[in-house]
Amino acid sequence: MNLFRLSVRMLKRDWRAGELRVLVFALIIAVGGMTTVGFFSDRVQLALARQGNQLLGADLIIASDRILPSHYQDEAKRLGLSVSSSLKFPSMASSGDSSLLTEIKAVTQGYPLRGELRITEEFGGRVAGLQGRVTESIPERGTVWIDDKLMVRLSLKRGDEIELGDSRLKVTARITQEPDHSIGFINLGPRILINADDLPATGLIQQGSRIVYRLLVAGEAGVVETFREWSRSRLVIGERVEGIRDARPEIKAALDRAEKFLSLAALASVVLAAVAIALAVRRFSQRHLDGCAVMRCLGASQSTILRLYLYHFTLLGLIASSVGCLLGLVAQEALVYWLSVLVNEELPWPSMLPAVHGLLTGMILLLGFALPPLLNLRSVPALRVLRRDIGLSSNHGIAGYSIGLAALTVLFVWKAGDVRLGLSVMGGFIVAIFIFGLIGFLLVRVLSGLSGQGGGAWRYGLASIRRRATGSVVQSVALGLGLMALLVLTLIRDDLLQNWKTSLPPDAPNRFLVNIQKDQLQPLEVFFKENAISPPPVFPMVRGRLTGINGKNIVPGDFTDTRAKRLIEREFNLSWAREMSPDNLIVKGQWWGRSDTGKPVLSVEEGIAKTVGIKVGDTLTYDVAGSPFTASVTSIRRVDWDSFRVNFFVVTPPGVLDEYPSSYITSFHLPTKKADFMNHLIKSFPNFLVIDVASIIDQVQRVMDQVSRAVEFVFLFTLLAGFAVLYAAIASTQDERIHEAAIFRTLGSKRSQLVRSWAAEFTIIGGLAGVFAAAGASALGYAIGEYALNLSYSFNPWIWVTGLVTGVVVVTIAGLMGTRSVLSQAPLTILRKIA
Amino acid sequence: MREEPNLSPIVQAIALTKQVSTVSDELVILHDINLSVIAGESLAVIGSSGSGKSTLLGLLAGLDVPSSGSVHLAGEDIFSLDEDGRAALRGRLLGFVFQSFQLLPALTALENVMLPLELAGVRDPQHPAMDLLNRVGLGKRLGHYPKQLSGGEQQRVAIARAFVTEPQLVMADEPTGNLDSTTGSQIIDLMFALNQERGATLILVTHDETISNRCERRIRLDSGRSVV
Repeated sequence: MNLFRLSVRMLKRDWRAGELRVLVFALIIAVGGMTTVGFFSDRVQLALARQGNQLLGADLIIASDRILPSHYQDEAKRLGLSVSSSLKFPSMASSGDSSLLTEIKAVTQGYPLRGELRITEEFGGRVAGLQGRVTESIPERGTVWIDDKLMVRLSLKRGDEIELGDSRLKVTARITQEPDHSIGFINLGPRILINADDLPATGLIQQGSRIVYRLLVAGEAGVVETFREWSRSRLVIGERVEGIRDARPEIKAALDRAEKFLSLAALASVVLAAVAIALAVRRFSQRHLDGCAVMRCLGASQSTILRLYLYHFTLLGLIASSVGCLLGLVAQEALVYWLSVLVNEELPWPSMLPAVHGLLTGMILLLGFALPPLLNLRSVPALRVLRRDIGLSSNHGIAGYSIGLAALTVLFVWKAGDVRLGLSVMGGFIVAIFIFGLIGFLLVRVLSGLSGQGGGAWRYGLASIRRRATGSVVQSVALGLGLMALLVLTLIRDDLLQNWKTSLPPDAPNRFLVNIQKDQLQPLEVFFKENAISPPPVFPMVRGRLTGINGKNIVPGDFTDTRAKRLIEREFNLSWAREMSPDNLIVKGQWWGRSDTGKPVLSVEEGIAKTVGIKVGDTLTYDVAGSPFTASVTSIRRVDWDSFRVNFFVVTPPGVLDEYPSSYITSFHLPTKKADFMNHLIKSFPNFLVIDVASIIDQVQRVMDQVSRAVEFVFLFTLLAGFAVLYAAIASTQDERIHEAAIFRTLGSKRSQLVRSWAAEFTIIGGLAGVFAAAGASALGYAIGEYALNLSYSFNPWIWVTGLVTGVVVVTIAGLMGTRSVLSQAPLTILRKIA
Repeated sequence: MREEPNLSPIVQAIALTKQVSTVSDELVILHDINLSVIAGESLAVIGSSGSGKSTLLGLLAGLDVPSSGSVHLAGEDIFSLDEDGRAALRGRLLGFVFQSFQLLPALTALENVMLPLELAGVRDPQHPAMDLLNRVGLGKRLGHYPKQLSGGEQQRVAIARAFVTEPQLVMADEPTGNLDSTTGSQIIDLMFALNQERGATLILVTHDETISNRCERRIRLDSGRSVV
């Protein structure tokens, strides 16, 4: 029996009849969304893998924010490994009247040990795909190599001079490819490569400078491994070993997080598509009941019918999923475009694995949610050919969808890369559907009690809802899910983005000066006065690392929270002050008085206290410049970081940290018309690090904008899937409505009466859906804020109003539009069709 | 395959009873029906609405199961078979014509007629289907969908579908019920003509005395009992 050919023919016919459109659309959207993210992350993964040691510039790196003891280098040389070192720090670079914050990398001969450093002597204009030539050398003394960003922003040509601290260095080449500079948020600023021997003359290495010292090591794998083991046992806090396997972990983590978030967003469209598919197949099976009964009557066995539809849907699934994969392949280019701020690299072409995953997702989705109604079709009684009132014993219920739900859960866990997260998101959906369904049934019951009241239209509307209780609840839950996607995309997203972005108050400080030395305080004050700007308050800074709490030593490994780990791993700034800053607020304990001067007490910022677990009364031990410093916490402060004033996580009273090596920091507001001031300032104080807050905020906001646009783009799939649900939900009762309309009109009901009673029904269903959507969207917004973005989401009361109004308006309009054609047909035509 | 008429019964119903439970009591729809139809014979089942005609037809075709009694089709006890076994038997032996035509709306006239052949795995279903549609006068409407055809034309397609597998037995349930009298009599003419050409057995359910008179034999049902 050539069943396959028959199913192909039936597929074609069903397609022609428009029976499969919603289903195919939903499937394409779901697979498209998944593969868009899949292809994109595949390309990033391939780029990361391809770079390997290229990314590191070595086989192994020992990094520290203090000068590395010489035993590392000695041991590496003793083992016969190649070594080189680099030193990285931010500083101002000037040329003519303009200056720019840049990242300086000073390197010694041999850099890079792995990967290629490519340069070119061609300047002027960005040349796309400019390869440059591989060089084995580093900049000669007195010269620098610069990257494109610096070339463009300072309008530099070959032979120009730039000022770095006290030195003037000649630009001789432009870097086209540099190891250790490829993917990540970190490389936002322009970069300069200099010869390490030029560094002392610049005078930039001073107390309090943020420097990362690196020892690069390369050689035979086994020997490198021996060296890794040897160094591991000698690492002190603040020193770390980075190998190929843990190359740039922060970038990998950031990209992993982005990928997970995008995947979860794409999965939201999969869930909605599942709802649309379930609704569409339910309608499909209802419409095919007669056909199946006829086939049963004509001799088709149950397995024949099942196979017929399995072939039918498998073929459909393969075609729609393939189209979805193609869509994903095209759409991922948009992600690459929007996320280019994160990925400064030509990405390799993706592998076909995401397409395989896409196909698999599509098939699982389709079969998981189409199978229960199809299994039902096979058992349609043949007697239906004689008695149309015999339908299906609908015994599958939600349990029938357990295959689909299980498959979706597996997908969630897989894509979230986290069993708990995957299960909780999926569990959240199921619980939401269950709660919505329950509330829906209760409300329908309550509303049914009102059916005796109100005008004729309401009475019929309510009566219809009562009669189709299950259908109405299914409809409003499905519509609620679709609308929820819409609300999340509009209101919640705006709320979250508003929380994300911070705007600068007009008179807020817009320049930070860091790295001010004690002997420069007086000249700086004079300089400000000479330029008619009131000297801003200056704060001392002492760098220290938290090493113990209440006498117990702590190491990063004690913490699971990544921020806590980072806070323990790195040095941060401590300061002292007599008065508390006006934008600070004591939330626990008390600020010190004059008599506390010199007492070893601390005030800790609320956020850091919470992350690391510090309470008032705790004793903290810091390693400051190699010696321990212990003090007890007397207050916890809340800091308004948005004020852009200088603030510190940890502050002591005066007279406690004064003996330790310190530098100073200040912030001030520079009016735009005084732009020259900065150039003079840098020339007079070349070691200062000037941070242009406005441009940083601008840069960060640009990144946020683009990332959020990428997220929005993925959410577009969710939105479309939401529309598919809306359509499928409204279509699900269409046939019944058509039948009803024919009878009502035959009995003399006016068009307007019918429209009014349907409008009443859709209004109620839409209202229910709107309330469900608002509840779901609020919960989802809270969850996204709390767990994905780490910010507290404040509930927006407007979401309820918007949800309710949108639900009523959208569903009523869409519902009436969907049923419009019914009204224009002659009742007899419809009755004949049904007969 | 067409078979020569013989005197062995192709359909035999023994003590066929169908009752259903209602809220208050048991409702007897068919009571102790005994029936035997010889191959090639035409039999009309007549009676008023609710007399149990369609129920009897459903039981004879194995579309429904009786409360008691048995039905033998071509010598085989159909209720000893499972649902799929009965379906296979129907595919082999029976053709159906229904009051509401029961054409698949997504299929063209030709495709509707091809369907039983396709289900039976016939290698070239198109030719016999086209021949039969030509025979019923719809040779020019092969590609039309049911909704593009009039009621009479739809019933012709249904008749072509019923005869295309060359069944030994054709069952028709009120085949003119949805048609006007002129069209109805044309349809009946066509059905009888095809039945004779192909030597099939015909069981016809109708409440129309005129139509039933054209059959060789009649049984009348009244409240589920055979009264003739």
